[in-house]
Amino acid sequence: MARVEFKNVTKRFGGTRALKDLTLTVEDGEFFVLLGRTGAGKTTALRSIAGLEKPEEGSVLIDGVDVGDWTAAERDVALVLQQYSLYPRLTVRGNLEFPLRPKGRRMSEDEIARRVERAANTLQITHLLDRKVERLSGGEMQRVSIGRAIVREPRVFLMDEPLSALDAKLRESLRVELKALHHELGATFLFVTHDQVEAMSMGDKIGVLRSGRLVQVGTPSDIYERPANTFVARSVGSPPMNLIEGTLSGSAANLNGISLPVAIGMAGGAGPLTFGVRPEAMVLEQGAPGEARVFDIEDQGVIKILSLDFGETRLHATVPAGTHVKRDEIVRFGWKPEKVLTFDRNTGRNLAFA
Amino acid sequence: MADVMTRLEPDTRAVARGLSDMTIRNLFIIPTIAFLIIFNVFPLLYSLWQSFTDFRASTTAPANWIGLANYRDLLGDEFIWRNFTITAKYVLISVSGQVVVGFGLAMLLNRAIPMKGLITTLLLLPMMLSMAVVGLFWKLLYDPSFGIINYFLGLGKFEWLADPQVALFAVAIVDIWMWSPFVMLLSLAGLSAVPKHLYEAAEIDRASSLYTFFRITLPLVAPILMIAIIFRTMEAFKTFDHAYILSSQPTTELIAIRLYKMAFLEWQTGMSSAFAYIVLIMVVAITNIYVKYLNRAKAR
Repeated sequence: MARVEFKNVTKRFGGTRALKDLTLTVEDGEFFVLLGRTGAGKTTALRSIAGLEKPEEGSVLIDGVDVGDWTAAERDVALVLQQYSLYPRLTVRGNLEFPLRPKGRRMSEDEIARRVERAANTLQITHLLDRKVERLSGGEMQRVSIGRAIVREPRVFLMDEPLSALDAKLRESLRVELKALHHELGATFLFVTHDQVEAMSMGDKIGVLRSGRLVQVGTPSDIYERPANTFVARSVGSPPMNLIEGTLSGSAANLNGISLPVAIGMAGGAGPLTFGVRPEAMVLEQGAPGEARVFDIEDQGVIKILSLDFGETRLHATVPAGTHVKRDEIVRFGWKPEKVLTFDRNTGRNLAFA
Repeated sequence: MADVMTRLEPDTRAVARGLSDMTIRNLFIIPTIAFLIIFNVFPLLYSLWQSFTDFRASTTAPANWIGLANYRDLLGDEFIWRNFTITAKYVLISVSGQVVVGFGLAMLLNRAIPMKGLITTLLLLPMMLSMAVVGLFWKLLYDPSFGIINYFLGLGKFEWLADPQVALFAVAIVDIWMWSPFVMLLSLAGLSAVPKHLYEAAEIDRASSLYTFFRITLPLVAPILMIAIIFRTMEAFKTFDHAYILSSQPTTELIAIRLYKMAFLEWQTGMSSAFAYIVLIMVVAITNIYVKYLNRAKAR
């Protein structure tokens, strides 16, 4: 159990900087998700904690101790990778025992058996214990590699997109299991993913990375409701937040010739703005000020997701499944004024964050 | 669309190639088969027939069918068994030496080092030389009075090739020098195919480097190493060139040398054919044992 800190960590690969001045704290027992696209530096951050990468500047602290000079073995962290990385030619049991066997740990056979047993029970792989790892399915392999992390009882669990190689159904069930596991062990989890749904559904806290920089840290609802800039607004949520260019005059937003109300005391000013509104905060009703053409309808059962063409801008709106609309129909829309955010059009910054 | 393609295919194919299947058969396959029959199949069968006769290529006397007499004489000859023992010892020393040196070199090269390509190429050079040439210059290197090996090792006038106890080792050392690069090359291919993330996982799991080697590296490289061993064993079994050039000690008389003497110095053509067949059967048998192990290593 441990607290992990990054202090001004910078890491270069050749000419490109994978991490730029990253400062971040993961509290003890937290399920922290690093969210970012490919190349955002999230894997590098993870590997810096594991000791597989040495940052050029800054320091990585575990429980307040600078571990810069520690080897991967000394750091006592467990790493689960996307590629499973099970040890070949061994059984599942052999793989689970592997981290407990090396010399220097001097663990009793009883203790090894007890830990393997418990990990296998937790992950429901007891029936697979004597099977060779080559004969396992993808989901089973990933369970084993998570099991190999559990038996260690490490200070920190590091997971690098462990679910990405699995099919959708399995991914969902393992997602739930991982959360349950975290709850049960109470250990610190640092989970890396490019999948915002994964991040939102699993994380106690999310850190959004973009080209090696930390853009925003917060709880999933923080990130969803108060994105720090248009990048986060676009990255999180499916469909993403609607971003509409316009200006503010008094308590009304002027968008492409129409005027929609906004909350009183809205941060803004006279400059060019981008208004952000979540699809579920869009309202379709007769007599609303906006006018748009229905481009596509996605029926998801409980709700329908509409793609609307509003001038040059493509908007999304989620409406109850009972709503009757047709393709190419002209609909009228408004929004819930209290849900509207304003961003600086040039910097993309959320203006509510002064 | 798909139907049209199938219908058009035979014509377009012939036009595209400019050759019909028939022409290709006549051009490539028939000469190959003819070549194989004349130079491989016929001699194989002819020598099999000879092995049952008392034929001598040096005389005009007709060959007489003597049944299994050649085989009986050879298998009962204790000198021949001595040749086999020597060969077995030689194969063991030479192949194990090559595996240790070759695999060791591969381990050293399997990392980011400056001028890796150049070093690898230089290490591969011995393999590309002619075996007879290698034999000739190693004879100079081993020379007791002016050889550079004795000079560097400070062994004075040590007789590498004349000492009956040492000569076989000396011959095997040349083979190891020449063919370790071959094992190295195959091992290098095997080593670079081991996924890096396995080593990282082992590092995080605090496995010692020895443990990692025996648990990860060796099992994954074993099949390709086995292939190298099969090739080298078959080659070492029939070693002739450099062994013949280097030493004429009875303790270095490998079966290939004995066979050569029997066939072309003593002109016992029938007998030597029988001998060659015995060797062939042994090599096939040993190879089969290896292949069995190889398949088992792969299946695991």
